[in-house]
Amino acid sequence: MRGAQIVVDALEREGVEVVFGYPGGAVLDIFDQINRSKKVRFILTRHEQGATHMADGYARTTGKPGVVLVTSGPGATNTITGLATAYMDSVPMVCISGQVPTAVIGNDAFQEADTSGISRPVTKHNYLVKTVAELPRVLKEAFYIANSGRPGPVLIDLPKDVQQAVLKDYSYPKKIEMTTYKPTYEGNPRQIKRAAEVIEKATRPLLYCGGGVVRALAHEEVLALAERCEIPVTTTLLGLGSFPETHPLSLHMLGMHGTQYANHAMHECDCLIAVGARFDDRVTGKLAEFAPNCRANIIHIDIDPTSISKNVPVTVPIVGDCKRVLTQLLEVIKPKKHSEWLAQVAEWKKQYPLRYKKDDELRPQFVVEKIYEVTKGEAIITTEVGQNQMWAAHYYLYTKPRTFVSSGGLGTMGYGFPAAIGAQVAHPDKIVIDIAGDGSIQMNIQETATAVLNNLPVIVCILNNRYLGMVRQWQEMFYGRNYSAVDLGRPMDEKGRPTDGLPDDVPPYVPDFVKLAEAYGALGRRITRKEDVVPAIEWAIKARRPVFLEFLVTREENVFPMIPAGASVKQMIGGLT
Amino acid sequence: MEHVISCLVENKSGVLSRVAGLFSGRGYNIDTLCVAPTQDANVSRMTIVCRGDDRIIEQITKQLNKLIDVIKVIDMTAEEHVERELVLIKVACTAATRADIIQLVNVFRARIIDVDLKTLTVEVVGDARKVEALIELMRSFGIRELVRTGRVAILRG
Repeated sequence: MRGAQIVVDALEREGVEVVFGYPGGAVLDIFDQINRSKKVRFILTRHEQGATHMADGYARTTGKPGVVLVTSGPGATNTITGLATAYMDSVPMVCISGQVPTAVIGNDAFQEADTSGISRPVTKHNYLVKTVAELPRVLKEAFYIANSGRPGPVLIDLPKDVQQAVLKDYSYPKKIEMTTYKPTYEGNPRQIKRAAEVIEKATRPLLYCGGGVVRALAHEEVLALAERCEIPVTTTLLGLGSFPETHPLSLHMLGMHGTQYANHAMHECDCLIAVGARFDDRVTGKLAEFAPNCRANIIHIDIDPTSISKNVPVTVPIVGDCKRVLTQLLEVIKPKKHSEWLAQVAEWKKQYPLRYKKDDELRPQFVVEKIYEVTKGEAIITTEVGQNQMWAAHYYLYTKPRTFVSSGGLGTMGYGFPAAIGAQVAHPDKIVIDIAGDGSIQMNIQETATAVLNNLPVIVCILNNRYLGMVRQWQEMFYGRNYSAVDLGRPMDEKGRPTDGLPDDVPPYVPDFVKLAEAYGALGRRITRKEDVVPAIEWAIKARRPVFLEFLVTREENVFPMIPAGASVKQMIGGLT
Repeated sequence: MEHVISCLVENKSGVLSRVAGLFSGRGYNIDTLCVAPTQDANVSRMTIVCRGDDRIIEQITKQLNKLIDVIKVIDMTAEEHVERELVLIKVACTAATRADIIQLVNVFRARIIDVDLKTLTVEVVGDARKVEALIELMRSFGIRELVRTGRVAILRG
């Protein structure tokens, strides 16, 4: 069997249903095989970055590894942002890149790049396959590594001559034999007992759930623990969906743009149970002042030992799979009441709800609220990065894991739209909505072609304020309103007249998203009034075609609450007074 | 504090780059690094001397362990161990200083491995204190070149 056939055979045996990618010279042999496969569907994107984010969205909403196939050189370098995004957020992915023939590697051949070198810091592991004999083992290992332990992207760089080489007696390995890689899944029973003791002693415990709960699908165990021991739950951005936000114990998101009550609870709690979270700087703010009252009672459950005690020293570290460890914990922990603490938390929730100005203006928060109402919280929401991402986190209530898809760690603009396409491929019957900004959406807007031609009815809700809104917000708050390189439209004077001397027929901002959608064969609608929001969303859902809804929202809206970078909960800015 | 970390790795291409990349990417410093195969040709040992507080050293050992090609990581500093480094010193000499240099070399149980009219090349093997002491003494004669292997270490018993 030839190398290229082995690749496709391995994809089929690994149960891969869909591959996202883009062809090119160094990967032609695999493309010559993949369109003969009856099991693997190939989706041609318009950019390799789009392919990686689609695979990422597919993986985050299914738990299966997303698979990407690209050519050498620029094909491979275009995947780097997508690989880094997946690596930061622990998303299982296998990326196969073509490479120039082994004989010319290192000779600056056409479309040659040191792909394994470039991708090394942004992958969980990578391979440069030099002989066809090692190919079956490498493919088997790649899928295993990508989706075991703390998941992550794995890249296989495959020279053209290896794709063409023939391997006699090919058989796909049935078992993995890796002596150096053995993730820990079960928690240490002694540590579990210690954790139970710490929790039972606490009077103001708090659960802090991250993306690990979503990856491990440990949401039922979190709910059971929270209810049994009356522990309020806050989540990170990636933890949204790990605990139902409609539940009375939910404190929603914490951190820089977390709710005030979640941050107060973090500050006051005397016992912290961190599950699949990594004490990221957007969560902790100033480390020295973070969660001062629970420092002697921090329990940290995580599958990755390097996440534990990296930023915050931990009292009871437990390395293991969140679901299994919580199951073990639930076997020993006794029920407990915390009525005083819950009353305090309820008081904060009443005192400091999320708020925005309710007037006649079309405000972005209102749009997100309506998306939640119309979809009844049953949609898959993806986001771009910036203000749109934070409003999507605040004003839509997530109740199930794998329904919120966002680039949290790397903060990749242009992520949400291709991720939505990947999620829609995996869930053709679900409503998939990308909550976008007018900046981010333009970073991978070429994938509209992919959505249209593959009949993927993704809805893109563009909250258009003609600004790079989050950067503008920081410039307003921390740089004395010196708006530098954030206005996406034409420069205007005070009277709203363009000052750039361009011809009169250039519109005040570009592109015209409605016309652009139509140019691609998608549908588009512009919304400028509050009363048109709900009908537009309903229309878009009913269309079952790719739709751009462009909401012309208030320009200088800010995301609140906010704890400035490197500050503590004491410097939290609440927003409306 | 200085730590000696001993790391068993798969003897494959790219492994050194993974380890070195981990240190540079996360802002840890390597003082010395020594790599060579072990008694098993498929396995190499890296001895890394680095500095950091307990938190950083804990992260370094955890991050090394996380690399797929790393078999085992030992922080030797916490264990009973023996360290050695080999240093070659090319030191300036004249007829007047030659005898003094040779005498010092003998006291240190070091060896002269090359002789020239204007230089002597000294080979010294020892732990950090011994080689540093000899290097300091040689400085007064004028060191022309200095080559160090970096430290290697092995657990006692």
